[in-house]
Amino acid sequence: MFTPTYLAQQLINALNLGSLYALVAIGLTMVYGILRLINFAHGDMMTLGAYLALAGISALVLPAWAALVLPMLVIALVGVLIERLAYRPLRGAPEVAMLITSLAVSSLIQNGATMLLTAQPRPLRVPSALTQRIAFGDLSIAVMDLGIIALAAVLMVALGVFVKRTTIGIAMRACSENLRAAQLMGVDVNRVIVVAFAISAGLAGAAGVLWSSKFGLVDPFMGFVPGLKAFVAAVIGGIGSIPGAMLGGYLLGFAEVFFVAFAPPELSGYRDAFVFALLLIVLLVRPAGLLGRGEVNRA
Amino acid sequence: MNHRIGWLIAGLVLALAGASQFLLNDYYQRVLSVIAINIILAVSLNLTNGISGDFSLGHAAFMAIGAYTSAVLTLPVRMKAIVLPDLPVWLGQLEVPFVFALVLGALLAALIAALVGTPVLRLRGHYLSVATLGLMVIVQVVALNWQPVTRGARGINGLPPFTTPLWAYGAMLLTVGIIWRVVHSPLGRAMIAVREDELGAACRGVRVFRTRLAAFIIGAAFASIAGGLWAHLITAITPASFSFLLTFNVVAMVVIGGMGSISGSVAGAVLLTLLPELLRRVETSLALGGQPLYGLSQVVIALLMLGVMIFRPGGLFGREELPAVLARFQRRRSAQRQAPHPSPSS
Repeated sequence: MFTPTYLAQQLINALNLGSLYALVAIGLTMVYGILRLINFAHGDMMTLGAYLALAGISALVLPAWAALVLPMLVIALVGVLIERLAYRPLRGAPEVAMLITSLAVSSLIQNGATMLLTAQPRPLRVPSALTQRIAFGDLSIAVMDLGIIALAAVLMVALGVFVKRTTIGIAMRACSENLRAAQLMGVDVNRVIVVAFAISAGLAGAAGVLWSSKFGLVDPFMGFVPGLKAFVAAVIGGIGSIPGAMLGGYLLGFAEVFFVAFAPPELSGYRDAFVFALLLIVLLVRPAGLLGRGEVNRA
Repeated sequence: MNHRIGWLIAGLVLALAGASQFLLNDYYQRVLSVIAINIILAVSLNLTNGISGDFSLGHAAFMAIGAYTSAVLTLPVRMKAIVLPDLPVWLGQLEVPFVFALVLGALLAALIAALVGTPVLRLRGHYLSVATLGLMVIVQVVALNWQPVTRGARGINGLPPFTTPLWAYGAMLLTVGIIWRVVHSPLGRAMIAVREDELGAACRGVRVFRTRLAAFIIGAAFASIAGGLWAHLITAITPASFSFLLTFNVVAMVVIGGMGSISGSVAGAVLLTLLPELLRRVETSLALGGQPLYGLSQVVIALLMLGVMIFRPGGLFGREELPAVLARFQRRRSAQRQAPHPSPSS
């Protein structure tokens, strides 16, 4: 059963899932690093992105690349808007206030979508060129799977360059290290926060488009569990650290896929339980994560 | 004297709940019972989210634990043979009185809360929120997959309808009473101290971790009791019943009522139980393009919560309890009566 082909197939699956988790986890970790906010509405950016792609493909007949780029840009804007309306009025309030607000935003998006678009899952049909499979010997891989892996890699490299080289990227890392000090050094904190929300939401929107084209369905609650799992990925990598979120995303993708592939089949229904059990273990053994700075103090 | 008023109110509530069983129809009895169950949920969640300063999102999970425990333990043996034939033999031949089932469910929930809380509550920050949402997913997944005991996605139906308004209000009064005593005990003061200043509390000799864990465990136990009561009110449970929506609504009750105030949680629970009941008619009658507006009441609750966070972060009651609020009103009114233009000293 565990032939090299089977292994390679699982490897591709793991890379796929890991890429998506990493894209979502980056946004969570960026916002957490600056604002100490666990953004529960982050997964819902995926949902919105998926709905936009659905509208773009089925109603406007956009080409595939536009059905990816357009939602990314719109969702980035949505992220900025939410920050402006919901989170900025709470600047300076206790940390828990923003967490509660993010819960409310999440519920608003999920139930607003239910109200206007019904809870019925809708099929998303991607162009047939993307679902074609390429054969490598015994192994056959869908074009889309390769596309997701490559695209996620490109986005992450671009983000890495942005954070390392541009002024605003450097300011962002400074804010993540110490918000107060960065502000005293003349960093425009509000601008950094806006950019962080835009990138974070944009990446989640892209992940949502990719997620729904891979699994073929869009519904109002689709982003919730992936959003939570991305948080697990961010914690594994060390929350607040962008490379950590990438690493954590891939590790979680591997852990989940290989759990399903190698655990007894009657256990495969427990994959989500396995992921969150992993979270508890990480919090017990190494709460700062793999690449975290160990700022999580013990009480 | 305060105690005597408390007992008086409790007696009155019980008498009214008992009378409602003879005077009101099934629908109103059910709404009344749901109010009581939601009060239990909100008041118990307030112990962590308002009093000890952690933010748990695990109430749906603990409710599910209570609901399934009570369902499996109280289902009559001959029903079990049909509905749950694959149950382990000792469970299949067990039929436990409702009260014991509720207590056992509470103990199980407390145990699981201890298991989850031990790694998480040692950490700073709001790791508890994510870990408890994770627990919710774990509990749902187990309920979906543990076929012999939970019947998977089909859920368990035909539960004996034990929960009457009298049961619900009895349990509610017990919960509010116990949690009131806890909050006003040395343990409760320790919880508040931890919320206000963790380091300061630790320096004063408060065992921070134990205090936070205690709040979390007590809250979980009462959530489980509410879950059991709810199961035997609706008489059918499925894994999907215990979703994020449920947790969110309880959080909304606590936030809108005022985190840290028991009276606030009670008020929030009453308000947010009645609101969807009233909006339900709007949802189905106010159709948009022929579609009923399902989800409208949840949208309203979410907007209400956003508004509260921005404009009145303390909620209805802030951190005060009803007697203090009433006393302040009285003082203000008597001050106004004495001097129409209040002097700086008043």
